[in-house]
Amino acid sequence: MTALRATGQAPMFDVAVVGAGPAGLAAAGEAAASGARVVVIDSSEQPGGQFWRHRSEAAGVVDGGELHHGWRDYLELRRAFDAGIAAGTILYLPSTSVWMAQRDTANFTLRLVPAHGGGRSDTPTVHASALVLATGGYDRQLPVPGWQLPGVMAAGGIQAFGKQNGMLPGKRFVIAGTGPFLLSVAAGIAHQGGTVAAVLESSNLMGWLPRAHRAAGVPAKALEGVEYTAAMLKHRIAYRPRTVITEILGQDRVTGVRTARVRSDGTVVAGSEREIGGIDTVGLGWGFTPQMELPVQLGAGTRQDVDGSLVAIVDEDQRSTVSGLFIAGELTGVGGAALAVLEGRVAGRAAAFEATGPGAGAAVAPRATSAESRAIARQRSFANAMHLAHPVPAGWQQLLRDDTIVCRCEEVPAGALRESRESMAGEDLRTQKGQNRAGMGWCQGRVCGFAVSCMSGGADPLSNEVETSLAQSAKRPVAQPLPLGALADLD
Amino acid sequence: MSANLNRVHATFEGEAIEAETGASVAAALISSDRVAWRTTRDGAQRGLFCGIGVCFDCLVEIDGESGQRACMIPLQEGMRVCDNGTRASRTAVDADTEEAAQ
Amino acid sequence: MTHTSDVLIIGAGIIGCATAYYAARSGLSVTVIERDLPASGTTSHCEGNILVSDKELGHELELTRYSLGLWQGELAEFGHLWEFERKGGIIVASRETSLASLERFSASQREYGIHSQRLDEAELRELEPHITGNALGAALYPEDSQVQPILAASHLLRLAREHGAQLVTHAPVTELLRDGDRVIGARTPKGDFHAAHTVNATGPWAGTIGELAGVNVPVMPRRGFVLVTEQLPPMVHHKVYAAEYVDNVGSGDAGLQASPVVEGTPAGTILIGSSRERVGFDSTISTEALGRIARNAVELFPFLSRVRMLRHYHGFRPFCPDHLPVIGHDPRAPGLWHAAGHEGAGIGLGPGTGKLLAQALAGETPDMSLDPFRPERFDDPAYLKAHE
Repeated sequence: MTALRATGQAPMFDVAVVGAGPAGLAAAGEAAASGARVVVIDSSEQPGGQFWRHRSEAAGVVDGGELHHGWRDYLELRRAFDAGIAAGTILYLPSTSVWMAQRDTANFTLRLVPAHGGGRSDTPTVHASALVLATGGYDRQLPVPGWQLPGVMAAGGIQAFGKQNGMLPGKRFVIAGTGPFLLSVAAGIAHQGGTVAAVLESSNLMGWLPRAHRAAGVPAKALEGVEYTAAMLKHRIAYRPRTVITEILGQDRVTGVRTARVRSDGTVVAGSEREIGGIDTVGLGWGFTPQMELPVQLGAGTRQDVDGSLVAIVDEDQRSTVSGLFIAGELTGVGGAALAVLEGRVAGRAAAFEATGPGAGAAVAPRATSAESRAIARQRSFANAMHLAHPVPAGWQQLLRDDTIVCRCEEVPAGALRESRESMAGEDLRTQKGQNRAGMGWCQGRVCGFAVSCMSGGADPLSNEVETSLAQSAKRPVAQPLPLGALADLD
Repeated sequence: MSANLNRVHATFEGEAIEAETGASVAAALISSDRVAWRTTRDGAQRGLFCGIGVCFDCLVEIDGESGQRACMIPLQEGMRVCDNGTRASRTAVDADTEEAAQ
Repeated sequence: MTHTSDVLIIGAGIIGCATAYYAARSGLSVTVIERDLPASGTTSHCEGNILVSDKELGHELELTRYSLGLWQGELAEFGHLWEFERKGGIIVASRETSLASLERFSASQREYGIHSQRLDEAELRELEPHITGNALGAALYPEDSQVQPILAASHLLRLAREHGAQLVTHAPVTELLRDGDRVIGARTPKGDFHAAHTVNATGPWAGTIGELAGVNVPVMPRRGFVLVTEQLPPMVHHKVYAAEYVDNVGSGDAGLQASPVVEGTPAGTILIGSSRERVGFDSTISTEALGRIARNAVELFPFLSRVRMLRHYHGFRPFCPDHLPVIGHDPRAPGLWHAAGHEGAGIGLGPGTGKLLAQALAGETPDMSLDPFRPERFDDPAYLKAHE
């Protein structure tokens, strides 16, 4: 397959893969190996996604993978990917985002925009017979007083910054939220020479006990856990379960945090308040939100996963409810890189068959092998156990003052959301948004969507009302900002 | 292959910033002891938040192009980085002037 | 469960909320039943226009004047709640033919009291510095105004509730309750609602409620897209249209029609329309419509080429074959009233519709005759023939 020529016609592929993280790389490799012509679209400069984000190859920096897990797996996937590019079976479009995905009777149409710069893509449109969406996820957030101060970041953002730039965004950190990921972030910071004053985990970790056998099903995770524990001990990082940040302190930037212990119902234990000073950076992480706007644009069926996230419904072959659309990775349920790779492989193979049919190496549609299915099941079981052991703390809304910012982009305070719900029937995210602009800014509700859904729909994050609001939040007809000039040029 | 770790030099609001080759604009700003570089409509200061291009808090203007996510873009030699808010109307006026000149 | 009130309003969009406000204020007991949440229909998918500039002599203009008078008069004390802005509209002509049409059109409008001021190129550029270099002239309509429509409907409803109105959400109407010929209320999954008067304020879905009553209410959807930009410093100071817009509004064509409407908002975003197409309730995104709207807008304001769209939405304007709404009691189904079909003028006409209807519901003579908007006019062959 030769380089794209300016024929004036949008190029057509057998399989398009959106995302070049663990799931996307796996899907692209398998699809190409199955004989499909593949295009891979990713918003970063280089493959790896979030999990395998690494130093700039363009700058000639060779990342040895010290900050990573599964680096060998990445290198193997990368070899296959690069081989596909060299052979012309994979076209790789980095620094490119899909702002709109459409399906008609014949195929999928993806509308593209550069991830940065002037906003007109050399290839504004591609078509494909089958589509694999692997757009991953991003840190889920809960507002807390003071979280809008400079120096407050997503926990994953600190890790991404470190992996990408070989330096840290600050010197003395507090990491807070829930989930084993906090340990990964803390260990990474320590490895890069930063100081972590404490890791604050809201859950009491007892939630693991009934499900310990699931952890045993994935030994690699246990090893990871041991690694983090060792790092925490080595660097003397305090780990405080059942503890949350109640307020982030500082004037122009973070200087400290107030903390408190919480009960399992989320209520604060009186007298347990402490202050940690001398901090310049806070990392917050409450699990992950899958990046769902493209599946939603295409009308894929969704459900609410055990962690409260809106995810896409898929069968054992990663087939969504939309014909020709396959979905893999965090989009089907937050579960980490190993699971994403397994799903990606299955999706890539199935998508290739969907596009090219029998005769391209397979007589019948390839199913996931029983080994793959078992591995996927074990990984999912572990992920579910983790989610159940690390729920969003029940009382988080009570920590919000009326002036606590909930929507960062539009600076909408909690009081406005409470008023909408109480006196203006603001019982879902869409109504709230229309009344107080929460979710109307640049990020279009990605950061505040979960919080606003809970605040409109009622306290229980796993209710139908919250699910409805999450689905409303994920409805983004423009998946990435697009200059009007580029829209005007659309054929 | 040995790492090419030259420094890349650029400016923010006319002041010198720099970073390792391949590091992001945000990394250069952080290295210059800035933790915030954007002012919101209500006058608050913002810098990095999500770090991966999802939150749009870190927006800067680069070489006249507004709305650029500092966390996602590698710093290039000679980049003129500015506060995203201040020049937006000037950028628009530039576009008008270009248009009129055609 | 049965609930009884003087007035039962079906639909909590701008029309339903305005009617609830005026009816409750006049002392009637009011229940509003809404199948989703307030403003979830067309009201939250429009721009919030209150326009005189696109009106021709006729009943719609009369109703517009009356309603605008309410927005600016007795509702002015709440104007800050819904961002009421008397910003003025400017119709810009970039071709000699459209400039000539515009001048004829605005001259005839002046004859029936729609104020406009002719702007030459220099005057236009002073008011809108970023307008296209191709503009030849314009007409300024100082009365054209803007509100945030979701806030308008929501606050009118809140005020109605403060006057005793009840709101029941997530309550779709499954059937109308009859006593013989008479409509005496509606059934929903949340119970039966009885009322002396039932008001069909369901916008583009008004025909469906009509069907439940066995009457023809020919309200059809006309889809329109709106693009929303990033936040900007003030760049567009009025509602600005191209002279073609006026022709669009009155046209009955089924195909895609698009012409630019550009305005800023207090939030800093710029709203860009407009398009009209008859595709039923199809919500499939039309890239053709989006592209045409973008091209039209960039023609009017070249700076928009580099401005980013953050989202878009589309709404279904409820229109009747003669482009007039249905407002009033339906003699074909006594007890049933309609207030729907305001096409692209629902926000502007909301208060006027609500107040007139409330007056009629209370047995008073409305400030303006509702006869031109009588629902049964579409069953009159003579009327249909006259309006072909």
